[in-house]
Amino acid sequence: MAASYAHLNWEDNATGPVLLRLAGRLDAETASRVWEDALRGLRSRAEQPVRIDTTAVEYCDGAGVALIVDLLRQPRGPQAGVSLGDTPEPVMRMLAPFRSGDFPAGADAALPRSRRLRERLAEGVHDLGHSLYEQIAFLGEAAAALAAALRHPRRVRWRDALDIAQEAGANALPIVILIAFLMGVILAFQSAVAMRQFGAEIFVANLVALSLLRELGPLMTAILLAGRSAAAFAAEIGTMKVNEEISALKTMGLDPVRFLVVTRVLAAVVVMPLLTVVANMVGLVGGGLVMLTFDVPLVTYFHQVTSAVSPSDLFGGLFKAAVFGLLVAGVGCLRGLETRSGAAAVGRSTTRAVVSAIILIVVADGVFAVVYFHLGI
Amino acid sequence: MDSPASDSLNGATPQQGGPDTVIRVEDLTLGFDDVPLLEHLNFDVQRGEVFVILGGSGCGKSTLLKHMIGLRVPMSGRILIDGQDITTVQGEARQTLLRKIGVAFQSGALFGSMSLLENICLPLEASTALAPDARALVARMKLRLVGLSGYEHHLPAELSGGMQKRAAIARAMALDPMVLFLDEPSAGLDPVTAADLDQLILRLSGTLGMTFVVVSHELASVDAIADRVIMLDRESRGIIGEGAPDWLRQHAGHPAVRRFFNREPSEAA
Repeated sequence: MAASYAHLNWEDNATGPVLLRLAGRLDAETASRVWEDALRGLRSRAEQPVRIDTTAVEYCDGAGVALIVDLLRQPRGPQAGVSLGDTPEPVMRMLAPFRSGDFPAGADAALPRSRRLRERLAEGVHDLGHSLYEQIAFLGEAAAALAAALRHPRRVRWRDALDIAQEAGANALPIVILIAFLMGVILAFQSAVAMRQFGAEIFVANLVALSLLRELGPLMTAILLAGRSAAAFAAEIGTMKVNEEISALKTMGLDPVRFLVVTRVLAAVVVMPLLTVVANMVGLVGGGLVMLTFDVPLVTYFHQVTSAVSPSDLFGGLFKAAVFGLLVAGVGCLRGLETRSGAAAVGRSTTRAVVSAIILIVVADGVFAVVYFHLGI
Repeated sequence: MDSPASDSLNGATPQQGGPDTVIRVEDLTLGFDDVPLLEHLNFDVQRGEVFVILGGSGCGKSTLLKHMIGLRVPMSGRILIDGQDITTVQGEARQTLLRKIGVAFQSGALFGSMSLLENICLPLEASTALAPDARALVARMKLRLVGLSGYEHHLPAELSGGMQKRAAIARAMALDPMVLFLDEPSAGLDPVTAADLDQLILRLSGTLGMTFVVVSHELASVDAIADRVIMLDRESRGIIGEGAPDWLRQHAGHPAVRRFFNREPSEAA
C-alpha cells in the first residue's frame, strides 16, 4: 500500500555532503508537514553542502516538486550548495520544466498587498488627486452635454429619459410616501409633546410645514434617490463599462456622456421636484393626523400651515430638489463611468456612488442654507 | 453505447471499467426540467488520455461537462470518477472527490479582482496546509508550466484571451488533479494561439501524465490533441461516434460523423 505521509531524514557525513533523504508521498497535504522542517534543517547546516535524495519518494505532485525546488533555490555559501542526487524518473519528469534559478527565494513574499505604508499612502494621494481631476473634467463634460441638449432638444433620447424618469420617479413613490408620512408624524409628535407644555400646540403646524418644505422634504427625497437611483446608475453604467458596451458606443461615434448621462441627469432633475412635492404633501398630512390627536382640527391646521409658509419656501425647496437631482444623477453616472474591470469593481462603484451622492447632498444643503439666508429666502 | 450507429475505437471498445478507467459514465440521461437532452450515455475515460467530447452547437457538450464536474444533477444514471459517483456523493467525500478534478471554464472564469498569482493560490489556500510562501511558489510554477511567468501580478483583464485561458488552466491544475476538464479551450482564439494551447495540453499530458476531458467543436484542435473522441448528436440525443479522430474520419458508420470530420455540408444545405 502506498504511503500517505512524507518524511525526511538527515544523514550528516564527515567527508562528503550532508544527505537529505525525502521519502513517502510528496503531495500538497503531506509536503506541507515536512516543508518547514526541511528548511530549518537546511538553515542549521548553512556551512555544509547538501544533497537531496528522492529515491524513496513513492509519489510526487506539483506541491512535492515545489518543495524540492524551494530547497534547491535557498541562498547558500559558495561551498555549501544544495544539489539533487539520485532521482527517480517520475520525479525527474515532473522537475524537468523547472530550474531553481527561475524562482529566486524571497520573490514569493513580494505580493502587492504587502507594499509599504508609504507607497500606499502616496498612491492614495495620487488617486485622490486623479479622482478630483476626473470629477472636474466630468462636470465640464456633463455641463457641455446638457447645454447641447437644451440647444438641440431633438437630439436627446427622450424615450430613454422617460423610462429612467419612471424608474427613478414613479417607482420610487411608495418609499417616498412612506418615509415622508412617517417624517411628518414623527416631527409633529415630537414637537407637539414639548410645545403642549406651553400651550403652543398650534405652532407645530408652522414647524412641520417650514421644516418639510424648506429642508426635510428635498433632503430626505434626495437621500432616497441616492440610495435607489445613484446606485442603479452606477451599477448599470459600470456593468456596461465592464462589458465593453461603453467602448462600443465610442467606436460607433456616440458620446457616452450624451448617450447615457444626459438622459439620466435630465430625468433626475425633473423627477426630484415632483417627488419632493409629493413628499411635502404627504408629510403635511402625517403632521395633520398627529395634530388631530392633540384636538387641533384639520381646518385649523391647514389654515396655520398656509399662513406660515410663503411661495419662496416652497419654490426654494423645489429648486434645491432639482439641484440635488442633478448631483445625485451626475455622481451616480460618474462612478459608473469610472468603473474598472471585474464584478467587484461594479460593487465598489455602487458604494462610492451612494456615499458620494449623500456627501454632495449634505454639502450642497449647507451651501443653500447660507445663500438663502443672505438672499432673505 | 446504445446508439446503433455508434463506432468504437478501431473496432475495439476500450476495456470497460478496468484499472486504468478514471471516469465511467453509466446509462446517463440528462436534460432541463423534464425534457431530456441526451439519453443513455455510456462511455469510459482512461487514465492519461486526452478525451474529447465533440459535437455541433447546442448538442449538449457543455451540459454533459457540467454534469461530469458535479455542477448539475442528471435525470438518471451515474458518473463515476475514480470509483465514486459524483452525482450522489456528499459531505467530506465530495470535497475529496472535487480535489481530484480541475476545471477550466470557457470564459476562463478567473476572479477579476485578483491577480493571477492570487487566483491560483486560492484553491491551494482553501484545500491545503501549505504556508503562504509555499503556495506562492506552487502558483508561480503552475504559471511557468503554462508559459505565463512574469504575469504573476497582472489582473485577468490585463491579459489576452489566450493568456486568460492559460491562466485558467494553471488555476485548474493548482491542486494537481487527476482529471482536468476544459470547456472549449480554443473558442474565440486565433489559429496560432489555439495551436499554442493545443501544444500546451499535449505537453501537460505528456509530461505530467494528466487525464484531459476536453469539450470542443474545433476540428483542428481535436485532430491535434485527441486520443479518443465521442461525438454527440442533438437529433439522436446520444453518442453517434466514438474512436480516434483519424479512424472516425475514415470509418465512421454515422454519416453525420463523417461529414463533421471531412467538413462537408449537411444534407439540408
